Amino acid sequence: MVSEAEVLIRARGLTKRFGGFTAVDGIDFSLARGEAFGFLGPNGAGKSSTMRMIGCVSPPTSGELTILGLDPVAHGPAIRSRLGVVPQDDTLDIELTVQENLLVYGRYFGLPRAVIRERTAMLLDFVQLTDRAGDQVEPLSGGMKRRLVIARSLINEPDILLLDEPTTGLDPQARHIVWDRLFRLKQRGVTLILTTHYMDEAEQLCDRLVVMDTGKIAAEGSPRELIGRYSTPEVLELRFDPGDHEQAAEKLAGLSRDPGERQGAAQRIEVLADRVLVYTTDGDETLEAARGLGLEPVTSLVRRSTLEDVFLRLTGRQLGE
Amino acid sequence: MTAQATRPPRQAPVAPGAAPGGRWAFAVRELRFWLTDYRRTWRGSVISSVLGPLLYLGAMGAGLGSLVDRHSDARLGGVSYLAFIAPGLLAATGMQTAFGESMYPVLGSVKWVKNYFAAAATPLRPSDVFRGHLLFVILRLAMNCGIFLVVIVGFGGARSPLIVAAVPVGVLTGLAFAPALMAWSVTRARDTSFSVLMRFFMIPLFLFSGTFFPITQIPAWLRPVAYVTPLWHGVELCRALSLGTATLGGAALHVGYLLAVAAAGFAAAHVSYTRRLHE
Repeated sequence: MVSEAEVLIRARGLTKRFGGFTAVDGIDFSLARGEAFGFLGPNGAGKSSTMRMIGCVSPPTSGELTILGLDPVAHGPAIRSRLGVVPQDDTLDIELTVQENLLVYGRYFGLPRAVIRERTAMLLDFVQLTDRAGDQVEPLSGGMKRRLVIARSLINEPDILLLDEPTTGLDPQARHIVWDRLFRLKQRGVTLILTTHYMDEAEQLCDRLVVMDTGKIAAEGSPRELIGRYSTPEVLELRFDPGDHEQAAEKLAGLSRDPGERQGAAQRIEVLADRVLVYTTDGDETLEAARGLGLEPVTSLVRRSTLEDVFLRLTGRQLGE
Repeated sequence: MTAQATRPPRQAPVAPGAAPGGRWAFAVRELRFWLTDYRRTWRGSVISSVLGPLLYLGAMGAGLGSLVDRHSDARLGGVSYLAFIAPGLLAATGMQTAFGESMYPVLGSVKWVKNYFAAAATPLRPSDVFRGHLLFVILRLAMNCGIFLVVIVGFGGARSPLIVAAVPVGVLTGLAFAPALMAWSVTRARDTSFSVLMRFFMIPLFLFSGTFFPITQIPAWLRPVAYVTPLWHGVELCRALSLGTATLGGAALHVGYLLAVAAAGFAAAHVSYTRRLHE
């Protein structure tokens, strides 16, 4: 449990409405120094609206929000001077060079040119863009631009780094480099807040996260805790001939009559178009038990539960938009 | 250690009044963005700022003027057509520069480059972003009106040394338009209405606000329309300064009107910038 003094952000009943639409619906959370905190949720869940309120560029409609001990409406400039922001859109000036972008941004914080120059060299080294310092931004790849935005967000040595979907649209290599850099920041004690709809990203980076859906917080905890609470340790994925799925599911239901008695008991069964998912403590035993019922799946796969299982359970498989 | 900037953050509490400097100190930070940005395009921009007055004064002043002057008319105040239109064109340049600098660059700042949003994530307030950009527009106004003055003098179109004062009046004429245009442009999602505004608002103003012929030539019932347009006030005052006919009362009236219109736009821009950048 964190002590009061270390709480950097506290929200109580935080709400944001745009006209008749409620984007964020009375959420509570708090964030301690040094934490990596994630907002997970489908598109339109209210993640970005929450981030914009934390970034002091969107006044809350109602509820309480305290950032670094201050009220964001009254002390926006003072709070923003202590934040680093990686917005969803890069907001780089693509016709300026890499270092000019850092110069322009550093001046927004009132930093002297010598300080900006010194930090620019260090930050470009950190995000592996030193050799592109004098190049225009326009021809850089998406991953490079993202890294440049991360470097830019650190120019004021922020207390809190806000990252809105930091790796959306990047290829796997570029994503891994971004994760690597964010992980290093986290190790150095930088407080991170990020939104994502990538479960692997959340599992890799977040100490604690909340799952948002339709403006509300559906669940909160560490990735492990959430998997423990909302899913089973393992998932058995079975494929049958399409059309046999419902029938197979009915038979499999027999495995769940007395859950807890056997390791192989099915705690939940989900029928999808292409496969049947059986949530269980021990996938191999469940598979044995299924075969015992005379079921012969075309393919079978036993895997550990992931955050994605939690996410889909909490936010559903339907499109939210 | 790779970066000092990434070390564990210090524990120092944030002082609420931590932002140094007054309102305009923050605006200057935004101005400096525009100056850095302008370093890329200043050459082309200066060339067109020189070419514009050369073409206008060459074609209308020297060319058309040679015809007009043959039928010299007292309604032009007994001066050459060139001397008549040159100060009016200077004021009109203020207006045109304001249109050029206050529509596409503002829309681009929220739609394409998104530099307004980058700035809004920093200590700058929406009003600082607006004021800083406006400072840059004023600089561009001063540039274009100053260049225009030099070209007028080169063409021999000045009748009084007071024409030097037409530069700040030209800037003020632009300033009567710029804040209101910025206030409106920042709310736009598309640029489709910009060309409509140019064609059906700016060009009619340009043609009928007394730049090319005295306002007495248009029907009496239509004249009040000209009187409320900022451009007419700018044209009248610039011309009076250039011809040496300015009176203190008249100048105060024109300046007062232009300032009032500018102030209204300024207030509107504060509201619309805050709405757009702090949604």
